[in-house]
Amino acid sequence: MIFMRRVPYLSSFTILLFAVLLSIAIGSVFISPAEIWNTLIGRGAEISTSILWKIRLPRTVLVILTGSALGISGASYQGLFRNPLADPFLIGVASGAGLGAVIAMSVQWPYSFWGLMAIPLAAFITALLTVFTVYTIARIGHTVPTTNLILAGVAVSSFATSLTSFLMLRSSDEMRRALGWLMGGSIQNGWTSILAILPFLLIGMSVLLVSGHALNLLQFGDDQAQQLGLNVTRTRATILIAASLVTAAAVSFSGIVGFVGLVVPHLMRMWVGADYRRLLPLSLISGASVLLFADVIARVVLAPQELPVGIVTALAGAPFFLWVLRRSKNQGYW
Amino acid sequence: MYYGTRQILRDIGLEIRSGEVVALIGPNGAGKSTLIRSISGVVPVRAGNIEVNDTNITSLSSMERARQIAVVPQAVSMPPAFTVWETVLLGRTPYLNFLGQVSEKDEALARLALEQVDALHLIESRMDEVSGGEQQRVLLARALTQDTPILLMDEPTAHLDLRHQIDLLKLIKKQAREKDLTVLIALHDLNLASLFADRIAVVENGLLCVAGTPGETLTPEILSSVYHMQVHVIAHPETGAPLIAPGVS
Repeated sequence: MIFMRRVPYLSSFTILLFAVLLSIAIGSVFISPAEIWNTLIGRGAEISTSILWKIRLPRTVLVILTGSALGISGASYQGLFRNPLADPFLIGVASGAGLGAVIAMSVQWPYSFWGLMAIPLAAFITALLTVFTVYTIARIGHTVPTTNLILAGVAVSSFATSLTSFLMLRSSDEMRRALGWLMGGSIQNGWTSILAILPFLLIGMSVLLVSGHALNLLQFGDDQAQQLGLNVTRTRATILIAASLVTAAAVSFSGIVGFVGLVVPHLMRMWVGADYRRLLPLSLISGASVLLFADVIARVVLAPQELPVGIVTALAGAPFFLWVLRRSKNQGYW
Repeated sequence: MYYGTRQILRDIGLEIRSGEVVALIGPNGAGKSTLIRSISGVVPVRAGNIEVNDTNITSLSSMERARQIAVVPQAVSMPPAFTVWETVLLGRTPYLNFLGQVSEKDEALARLALEQVDALHLIESRMDEVSGGEQQRVLLARALTQDTPILLMDEPTAHLDLRHQIDLLKLIKKQAREKDLTVLIALHDLNLASLFADRIAVVENGLLCVAGTPGETLTPEILSSVYHMQVHVIAHPETGAPLIAPGVS
């Protein structure tokens, strides 16, 4: 029984490990697993050591962090809104965070750790504002109907995106290059940007990882959750803030990557059921794997040119979204 | 009691003893559901007290209150993907840490409650796979798992057929007697109230008009005045309890 319960964790970790190896190995120069091992223990060739530590590893780690952030925040938003189509991208939080990030970038803080920290911080503030606006517009009483949520998300998201484009167009050339970033191409800052988002992710993810039981209760509606002993108002606010913190950190240096937060929790739900205590950690692990695979595809399709990873996730994710929409309509789901 | 800025419940002075089943009746909008929701802490109480064993519970935290009061909601809009077992275990929430880790004792209590409502065979089923009557029994099991002296119910029979209505209320009454529970049920069906409640409290326009045994409260005079229509009361052929026949002329 205990072994059975661990199977999903073991298999998702195995898949993640495979994705990590793939992500480190594949690129303009192929690095074999043996070479990766030699380099990691300090016996590799100089060129592969340099590629590995300065390019492949930071990129892989950033993609892992982004993917896991999108996976777990998607699962949290779905639980919070009691809606299977909630996703940081679809409800506009990602675009909101993008706006904040661009505002912070246009100030042009010094290119240091603290300068970079300002980006996720600004992204977090606008992400919170966005989610609050969307929720206020979309909700009817205590429920958030799917159509309202998506429509409010689209509207607010378009608004934030227009502002973002405006800011980008009237700023310098350097900023214009950020357009690629906004479409989900990671900014290559090596390890600095990873350090800058790490505190946000650690706080947000820790809160979300222990929120499984509370999210389970919230699935029965606010009244029942309260009657079973949950402080609903406080819990909702805490989870909302943590999920937005995590989304903002993900968007800050990886741009707006859609559909990972939608697809991953869905696949996990089909696999292990509705218990958020398992859904959250599994969405975190598998979000990382899914985005790593997407990133590898983005690197090889037009090689040596790179595709923004957001294009890959949207190409695969949008049809999935439509399928879920159709399914949830047919079944009168949620 | 206030809801928003409007005062909707006034002077509800009602004492309920343990082991007693009290039905709350009254027309739509009289305040039955609001009373249930205020006692359970979903609607804040701005003035007045709700006391359990001489302790005012309006100031308790949600968790402390959930150790005193369990609520059986109507089985509507159940999240589909939870199993019966997961649902019933959530009843232990007021005794668990925020991670919701259950002990063997919690599992034993949940199993016992499922057995008591005759739903142990459903343990592996998903909530959306079982019938309305079974869902309602599972929700009763969840409330029993909560292990509280007080049980509140808002129209638990609303979506059930005749047999399941009677089965559920029999079960509730048996549990009330065996575990010495205080049970307050909001009911639309006056005949069910008459057959199963020890006492009936009649609410109208947010006011408690009268409380007493079914014989004392279900009289043509009181019912006609509360429901604004002609009402006949006849005797149940087996027990002699009052049965309501609405006037149609």
